[in-house]
Amino acid sequence: MTSANALHHRDPTDSEPSRVRLGFVPLTDAAPIIIAKERGFFRKVGLDVSLSREPSWSNIRDKLTAGILDAAPVLAPMALAADLGIGGFSTPLVTALSLGLNGNAITLSPELFRQMTELDPAGMAERPRSARPLRRAIEARRHGGDRRLTLAAVFPFSAHMYELRYWLAAAGIDPDRDLRIIVAAPPTMVGLLRAGNIDGFCVGEPWSSYASQLGCGKVVVAKYDIWNNSPEKVLAVTRDWHDQHPRTHAALIRALVEAARWLDDPEHRLEAAHVISGESFIDAPVDAVRPSLLGEFDDVERDDNTDFHVFHRYAATFPWQSHALWLLGQMWRWGQIDRACDLPAIAERVYLPGFYRDAAAPLDIATPAVNSKVEGQHGSPWTLTDATAPMRMGPDGFIDGRVFDPAHWREYLSAFDIAHPLIAIDRMRG
Amino acid sequence: MSLPQSPRPVRVLLVDESPRRSSVLADALRASGCDVLATIPCGVDLYASLDRTDADVIIIDMESPDRDMLEDMHRLTAENPRPIVMFVDDGDPESIRAAVRAGVAGYVVRGVDRERVRSVLDVAMARFEEMQALRDELQRARVSLDERKLVDEAKRLLMTKRGMGEDEAYKALRKMAMTRNMRLVEVARSVLNMVDLL
Repeated sequence: MTSANALHHRDPTDSEPSRVRLGFVPLTDAAPIIIAKERGFFRKVGLDVSLSREPSWSNIRDKLTAGILDAAPVLAPMALAADLGIGGFSTPLVTALSLGLNGNAITLSPELFRQMTELDPAGMAERPRSARPLRRAIEARRHGGDRRLTLAAVFPFSAHMYELRYWLAAAGIDPDRDLRIIVAAPPTMVGLLRAGNIDGFCVGEPWSSYASQLGCGKVVVAKYDIWNNSPEKVLAVTRDWHDQHPRTHAALIRALVEAARWLDDPEHRLEAAHVISGESFIDAPVDAVRPSLLGEFDDVERDDNTDFHVFHRYAATFPWQSHALWLLGQMWRWGQIDRACDLPAIAERVYLPGFYRDAAAPLDIATPAVNSKVEGQHGSPWTLTDATAPMRMGPDGFIDGRVFDPAHWREYLSAFDIAHPLIAIDRMRG
Repeated sequence: MSLPQSPRPVRVLLVDESPRRSSVLADALRASGCDVLATIPCGVDLYASLDRTDADVIIIDMESPDRDMLEDMHRLTAENPRPIVMFVDDGDPESIRAAVRAGVAGYVVRGVDRERVRSVLDVAMARFEEMQALRDELQRARVSLDERKLVDEAKRLLMTKRGMGEDEAYKALRKMAMTRNMRLVEVARSVLNMVDLL
């Protein structure tokens, strides 16, 4: 075990490398990585970081596994899949840093959006929008003998996949029977929608804004509305790399927490939009990147969109094990877990809140004193008092009002009517 | 016994965004006796093409964003999986090794000569079949182990709740399976689901 003290300062004679190779997929929520590099937060902690833009999550997985990359922001469920050895992973990953909350949206073709508005104008006027109008459209299409709808998510193991499915199932749509869900890389989504290959997608920004600006997509609901302030990406390293380079890992975490704090200052968001939209990073028009970062993501017509991306406030960098357990539960629900296993034990192996606290100790920030929280019981802002100092927290409600108490995860999972698990819940030991 | 057969050409589906590069590779593949069914530039057509293709092997550029889609489709078409071979730029042996470990069947390095292309594909397809056989076997073993555990659990439940002996409990389950025309494991599962009523 490395003591907290040993993690704080890099020793010049330290045997650990100061060169770190980070990979990222071009998305707005890769901002902490890009900003830490461009604004010198990595340099400040003594790290020489090189960034490599990767076209697919499969590439990130393969290069992390092979040690070609030392660390990368990954879809949080990828780190959990790695521990289970599913989804092509052969090496376990760990994470001690969440890279922010929210940031995705579900966007549909204008034709489908119009059909939903015609069939269920009241449902379309509700905020947040449930998938009930979509269910009406699916029923109408079935009646008319039209082909089944196809939606896309970015990866089988992604918060996108689970929030999309959660939103559909909460309105009585069976995502495996009533429509088809395929996987497509974020930068290809807009092209697929425009060509009519898919009828909608769930993706991170800037791709919904971009589709909307091109007129080939209409945002129907934001990730924020499905689960307020919900987890998205985490910084992943292999367990071996973590064991061998605890000080480098801790320095990475400090630099990224600082970058996240910088990013949450509204004064910095415009500059951030210009930096990250550049051709070596997201390589998209700055006008597509701006709206979600500047709280102007207005396609869901909400009063306040300043929480569309949360990088630092609301304990957004803390690796909550309750987030991990919720995601594992959804992996079970949709039949991705193919054997009886102990889900809380996996959450504790992969998510390392203790390491986060040690790494962040030299920073002037409050940290949670608990590893898990009950999710879904706050419909409005609240204060976390189980922390080194009281922490201002955002709402954490689910669109269907359910509450996830990690202590009763099996009861929570048993209550979903629409689910396709491979293993009976009473055989999941934990 | 059988007449000597001329080897059937390997049918290849090529996924690459760069038409110039893919035409070079396609030429090399044809010269080595492959049948290049189609060259797909990017994700827009990949989905539909995979649905109807009867390719023996799919070659994709490692730097293509469509790797995620291809892998997922591969998972979905579990009844008819095909080996995926990656086309990589030379000078990156590490990434190649990683990709192979992660389940890609093989790789073609840019600039490879035509004799090598064919042997790479043959090796990749053989390796894929081996991996597939191993995976199927594991899956079968896992399922039968899981099923055995379920039956054992149901047996134990009947023993404690109904005071049956082990043999008696097993026979009760089997009888129910036969009269209801259900598999033993399904009976076991329904017994376990009724635990609160027993």
